Formats: sequence, C-alpha cells, structure tokens
Amino acid sequence: MSKKMIEVRWHGRGGQGAKTAALLFAETLLATGKYIQAFPEYGPERMGAPVQSFNRISDEIITIHSGITNPNYVVILDSSLMNSVNVTYGVDNNGKIIVNTSLNSQDIVKKLGVLTNQVCVINASKIALETIGKDIPNTPMLGALVKVIGALNIDDVLENIRVKLMTKFRHKPEVIEGNLTSIKRAFDEVC
Amino acid sequence: MIKTVCSRGKIVAKTGNEVMAEAMRQIEPDVVAAYPITPATEIVQIFSQFVADGIIKSEFVAVESEHSAMSTTIAASAAGARAMTATSSQGLSLMWEMLYIASGLRLPVVMAEVNRALSAPINIHGDQSDTMGARDSGWIQIYSENSQEAYDNMIQSIRIAEKAKLPAFVTTDGFIISHCMEVVEVYPDVDVKAFIGEYKPDRYLLDVKNPYTLGSIDLQDYYFEHRYQLAKAMTDAKDIILDVADDFKETFGREYGLYEKYMIDDAEIAIVVIGSVAGTSKVVVKELRKRGIKAGLLKIRVYRPFPSYQIAKDLKRIKAVAILDKADSCSGAFGPIYSDVAASLCSIGMVSSCPKIVNYVYGLGGREINTDHIFSIYEKLKKIVLGVENFSNKIEYINVRIK
Repeated sequence: MSKKMIEVRWHGRGGQGAKTAALLFAETLLATGKYIQAFPEYGPERMGAPVQSFNRISDEIITIHSGITNPNYVVILDSSLMNSVNVTYGVDNNGKIIVNTSLNSQDIVKKLGVLTNQVCVINASKIALETIGKDIPNTPMLGALVKVIGALNIDDVLENIRVKLMTKFRHKPEVIEGNLTSIKRAFDEVC
Repeated sequence: MIKTVCSRGKIVAKTGNEVMAEAMRQIEPDVVAAYPITPATEIVQIFSQFVADGIIKSEFVAVESEHSAMSTTIAASAAGARAMTATSSQGLSLMWEMLYIASGLRLPVVMAEVNRALSAPINIHGDQSDTMGARDSGWIQIYSENSQEAYDNMIQSIRIAEKAKLPAFVTTDGFIISHCMEVVEVYPDVDVKAFIGEYKPDRYLLDVKNPYTLGSIDLQDYYFEHRYQLAKAMTDAKDIILDVADDFKETFGREYGLYEKYMIDDAEIAIVVIGSVAGTSKVVVKELRKRGIKAGLLKIRVYRPFPSYQIAKDLKRIKAVAILDKADSCSGAFGPIYSDVAASLCSIGMVSSCPKIVNYVYGLGGREINTDHIFSIYEKLKKIVLGVENFSNKIEYINVRIK
C-alpha cells in the first residue's frame, strides 16, 4: 500500500530454497534496519512442484498481513516455471522480473510478453555450480535481487549474511565463502 | 502493537511459531505435554529441541493424542506444576472434554493455539472456527494480531492464568502469523523470568501435608455454586488482565488492554475484528483518514472474558459498525463476535439508538482477505450512514462464490 513498501515474489520448485531465500533475505535486511516480512505460500509440498514465497520490505512498521498480489519484484529460480506458472501475474509495467537463465534478456522479454526494461537475467545456476559446487541458485539470486532493487547496500548485505552463515556452518568455512562469492558475483553479473 | 517506549530487548526476525516457542523457553514451565499438528507443530518441535539440548529443565511428555496432552497438563497442573501445551484445529477439538475439566478444576494451564479451520472438508489454513467453538469452555482467550503480540501475550498469560486460577490460551492466525517471519523484540530471559515469577499454587495435590479432594462428584447441592464461581472468576479476570498489562508496560514498554482502539474515538464508521486482519485493516483506516473519512477500528484482544460493557460504551456513538467473524456459527443467525457485540450494545440500553451493525464472515479455510475487501466494507458502512443503502440483518459473506 505504502509507496515506500517493496514487495517481492519468489518462484521456485520444492527443494530449491525459495522459502529459505525469502527468510534469509528478510533476516539480512532486518540487520540493516528495515522492517521486513517473509512468508511462504503453503500448498501441496512436493519436491519439484512449483512453490512461491514472499517478502515485504519497508522503512516503517508493516501491519498488513494479506497476500502479495502486485509484487514490485519477481525472482524466478527455475526458468522452466515460465512454461507452467503465470509468473507475471499482478506485475505492472514498473515491475521487475529477475530470471535464473542462460538465455539473454531479449529472449525472456519475448517469452513473457513484458517490456524490455522489466527483465533482468543472471545465470545463477552456473554461478552456484562454480562457487558452491551445487545447483542451488537461491543465494546468488539474492545478490541479483539486491542489485536490481538498488536501494540496498551490498556490503551490508554480505556482512550480515556472513554472520548468519557463520553460526550455521561454522565447521564448513568453504560453504560460507562459496555462498558469499556467489552473491557478489550475481550482484556484479546480473543484467 | 503499540510502539516501544523502553526497549531493552533484542530485535530479531522470527515467525509466530518461533516466538511462541521462544516465550515457552523463557517461561520454562515444569511440564509440557503435546502432540504435533499443523500449523502449530513447530512450537512444540522447537520447544522439545530446547529440552533435548539441555537448555531448559522442563519435562517434555510426547503423548499419543491431544486428549492425552490436555489430560497430562491438567494432571501436572493439579500436582502443583506450571504446565503448558500447544495445539490447533482438530487437536483442540480432540481436547474438548478436557478443556472443560481444566477450567472446572480451576487449573492455570496455558496453551499456545494456532487458529486453523476445522474438518470437514479437511483444510490446514487459518480461520478461527476452532477457538470460537471453545468460547464457552471457561478458558481465557487472548488473540494476537502479529508475532510481537503472540510473544507478549504468552508471557502475560502465565501470570493472568495463575492469578485468575483459570486456564488460558493465546492464539495466532494459522500460517498468516504462525509461518510469517517478521520483526519481533524479544526480552532478556532474566526479565521474563522475573516478570512471570515463581509459581506458588495455594494448594496442590502433591502437598501431602495439606491433602484435599479434587475432581469429585458434585451434584444438585453444590455444582451450581462451583459453576457460578467459575463464571465469576472469568468476570474478575478482566481486572487481572489489565493489572498484568500495566506491569508489562512498565517492564517491557508495550501497552495492552482488553481491546485496542484504533482511531475510534471520533469515528463515524468502524469495524470490529480479531487477529491478523486488524493489521491489514489499519492500513485501510489510515488511507480513509487521509481522504477525510472518519473511519476507525476496534480490535478485540481478549475475547474471553468478553469486555462487554467497555466495548459497548466505545461503540455506542458510532453510526455504523461492521463486525467481522473469521468463523461461522452455522446458527441460522449470526457469527460469534457479532452476537457478543450486539448483546453488549443492547445491555447498556442502546436498543433504539444503537449503531447500525452488520455482520461479515470472512477468511474461512484461509480464504484471502485484503485491503480491497476491507475498503468495500467501509464503503458499505458509508452508504448505510448516508441512508442510501439499508443495513443487512443477516450475515454478509466476503470473497466467497455464492450462486
């Protein structure tokens, strides 16, 4: 409702970490002083089935608790979802769509039937394979989202994610570095 | 939620279930007996991990059903322990006969409850049919708009229940709050422990020096007196809840009452709600105020005991009021909150000059309710005030397909 509020919708497949990405994104932004919400859409939960999760970000207290129907940003973790899910639903001409794909943005613009400046592409799966060693595109997509939103400070985000990951993976420092590198690379490479 | 005036806590991002488990960790009851059920499972899952990790000394009893969960907490409470549980929907239904035992025996069991629709048809999403059905069970019912309130209400409910000698539950809306991560201020363990204090029951079954009888047969000669005492305890609990809220405000800085008035004092049209939709509605009220429309909102926090007289006094001069129920009584008449509010207005002699009141039922089985729906309700109220539309004398259903 409020003009300052940013709403994000994540599309993924069960097991790809769409929910985790939304939660991590929210926790990270909280540490930078924002008010946040992160919530998944609960339906039949099966590995590989289409899932959605959501974020609200604001400088003011967020009291609204309805679903998000007109997101400012859509993040697509798996490009095959564009064939089966209406990923542009509720996105107006100012909305941005960030896709994990090896295609270029013009191909995606054509496929989705949106304006040229609405699509951002990033090969997050490739980055994940090269930095983390597994095709888990959710953390690199965080970096891409931070870049596209623009108003957020990537260094703050990286620092806060480092703190989060350090408590979770203190015995596996390579996981932490891999994830941070993937975020930074996606931030730099998204276009 | 009202803004912090003396923040001493830590700002964290947590879901409704996580903060309820966090409150239970800090309360560290002697006994928790529970059975998992969506969407409340995480509360006891996280809590049982605290026990397994040796972080707290509570006794966790993994029972085989909710009926046993409630039976076990009742027994533990009767023995003199601080006892808690958590459940939702069908789980609460299975506890049914034991709910009345807990209140009838005047045992301060405290429960975290996540509102979810009742079967059939089976549905895991949020509505308030489960706890609304328990409205006559003698339990104190405290509803939360968001995770912060869920956390604060859990802490307060321990003291309320123990002072009132009544069981109490605190609810959140299933998934909408239970699974939504948002910003919560959590307080230091030591402050929470100091606030709730040590549980010192006046009498308890394991006090072998002072034996007494509990739960014996009670026929025509005394049953009525005991039920009267239970009803009176519920009425008296209003002051206890306000006293605890005063202390809470002094300690942690957040203000709570039996209900929250949001821009209601000069309102011409208003809605009465319970739970998370209050937050969504506040966005609408703010917007309407910007447009010069005198809209207000009254959010019921404590539904049992029902703040009848107070609510009626605050609503009586408003021209048109919509009362929103997230449960349908299937009574052939009206929803539960409407019935209570309407009766309250009549009880203060408002029958002839009563506000025009409309009953809406919304959100059953987790059906979406958003700002557009709330706007349409205020729009209808405006028309009723202007006299261009009559107010309905039956339930209006929001966002449902009706042939």
